[in-house]
Amino acid sequence: MTLAEQIREIAAGYPQSRSAVLPALRLAQEQHGWLSPDALREVADALDLTPAYCQSVASFYDMFHMKPVGRHLVEVCTNISCALVGAQQVLEAFESELGVKTGETTADGEVTLRALECAGGCGWGTVVAIDHRYREPVRAEDVPTIVSELHDA
Amino acid sequence: MPELALVLEGADDRDLTKLGEYRGVGGYRALDKARGMEPEAVVEELLTSNLRGRGGAFFPMGRKASFIPKPEDVPKPRYVVVNADESEPGTFKDREIMFRVPHRLIEGCLITAHSIRSQNVFIYIRGEYLAEFEVVRAALDEARDEGLFAGVTVVLHRGAGAYICGEESALLESLEGKRGQPRSRPPYPAVSGLYAAPTLINNVETVSTVPKVIELGGAEYAKIGAPPNSTGTRLFSLSGNVARGGNYELELGTSLNDLIFEIGGGIPEGRKLKAVIPGGSSVPVLTADEVDTPLEHDAMTERGSMLGSGAVIVIDDRCCMVQLGLRVAQFYMHESCGKCTPCREGTRWMVQLLHKIEDGRAEHEELDLLLSVCDRILGKCLCPLGDAAAMPIASYVSKFRDEFRVHIDGGGCPFGGEASLEGVMAPVDQHTHHPVAEVPA
Ligand SMILES: Cc1cc2nc3c(=O)[nH]c(=O)nc-3n(C[C@H](O)[C@H](O)[C@H](O)COP(=O)(O)O)c2cc1C
Ligand code: SF4
Ligand code: FES
Repeated sequence: MTLAEQIREIAAGYPQSRSAVLPALRLAQEQHGWLSPDALREVADALDLTPAYCQSVASFYDMFHMKPVGRHLVEVCTNISCALVGAQQVLEAFESELGVKTGETTADGEVTLRALECAGGCGWGTVVAIDHRYREPVRAEDVPTIVSELHDA
Repeated sequence: MPELALVLEGADDRDLTKLGEYRGVGGYRALDKARGMEPEAVVEELLTSNLRGRGGAFFPMGRKASFIPKPEDVPKPRYVVVNADESEPGTFKDREIMFRVPHRLIEGCLITAHSIRSQNVFIYIRGEYLAEFEVVRAALDEARDEGLFAGVTVVLHRGAGAYICGEESALLESLEGKRGQPRSRPPYPAVSGLYAAPTLINNVETVSTVPKVIELGGAEYAKIGAPPNSTGTRLFSLSGNVARGGNYELELGTSLNDLIFEIGGGIPEGRKLKAVIPGGSSVPVLTADEVDTPLEHDAMTERGSMLGSGAVIVIDDRCCMVQLGLRVAQFYMHESCGKCTPCREGTRWMVQLLHKIEDGRAEHEELDLLLSVCDRILGKCLCPLGDAAAMPIASYVSKFRDEFRVHIDGGGCPFGGEASLEGVMAPVDQHTHHPVAEVPA
């Protein structure tokens, strides 16, 4: 199935097709790596919307990438429960292992590091999401192993 | 008072993600029972049980259901929307329900749909919850294949990262394929919700409690917990500086002290308790002296706080309350949808003022200015997010005023870089595109 066909199939499951914007943007992002102008146009065409509309929706949500990102996404929760038990030390360990600052992507385009608001795992902090799979709890000393696994993946 | 598994019943011994196992503990019998009753009678049981919303506002579910107009009065579809957007800092209970007892949620959805004669259920699940999405999707497939839906459609819809989409009207906007910005009310969702049709929207835990209410009957359910206002159990998410963090399903009325020190194993590393946030980051803080408060609505209200989302965040004596305020304010600044001025600008002012206080650059008047900013947000916003930002910050100042003063008098943080939240990076600082207006002196 082409992307447009997949999107139309999802849209058919809703009383109004515009409700499929979020799932459609997610699919497009999975296929393009980020929401490039081409990706936005494909979503818009499939749902009879304008690319500008799709961009305005996408830019509201943190999980949509309006710029290219690395092949892997490492997200560290730094909200209060995790921060109380050492999230900043975990984040800094990732910065030094990966050689980037938070918000940046490694030079080889492999890994983007981000800080995240509460991931919903607060009792098992610090929560780290690797490509949206949660690791909990993560301590600073676990970080080198996680990063080497990422490089092997 | 003990732990009591109603929502999580059976999940410790069996893999209730499987339909067969769930049936083995009596699963889907409440659905049969409910379908044998008139919808109005189901609503009546909900009213009698006084089951109140577990998403934060604690509104009686039965009353909300009774606001839904009858098909003969409003000839439109009626929608059930389940709020599975769980993003209130400190909260991780809905995730556990979806991951461990997805069929109880589905059974609750189908009973709820029957109670308002609805054919369409939407579950709006937070986008980050990938593993939970997969578990619920598989359970839905199983239940559908067994013919349990009886003509009802259930759509599992994933969010995409926005705290505000947990607010019910923003959630509906998002579900309609728009930016997740709250609607002005009235009309309320019961009258004009999803696609402008009558909509009943409830939290995952609330809906997952419905089968138990039907099984026991409303009157029996209403005897559990701390009646009349706080009936039943809640899942409390325990986190922060506590030995055994996790979710605990407790009868309402259990003391906060027991949760932290007995069930949760107390404060690790021989530290002292300093403060507790009893209901997620949006609620006012309690001091260590107030830890004897029972976990129920009336007692919390008396103490000026709330049970909110049931997230109990334990804070030990290494925490600087100014840093806590700053991190909380940064969260709300990041999540403000920007639709109304007091919230959009006020959260930004709070962050700047708290930065100044923490760095020792503030004058005493700026502490008053901070309180006045909180005051000018409170009750003046389109949705409760504004209040959710202002109330906790104002409570940190009022309950720990001396600590704020010491920062101003001493020209900086008295913890000297050793506080637990020292230098923590907030996501809002990753974005450079926010035009940050300077607070006038
Ligand atoms: C900013 C904000 C965020 C919210 N987030 C959630 C949430 O993640 N989950 C939830 O169930 N309710 C959340 N709520 C409460 C909902 O607006 C609504 O009251 C609730 O879903 C109703 O369900 P209940 O009555 O079963 O609690 C939030 C409210 C606000 C103001
Ligand atoms: S209070 Fe904040 S989040 Fe709510 S509508 Fe206003 S700007 Fe948006
Ligand atoms: S505070 Fe980190 S997962 Fe909630």
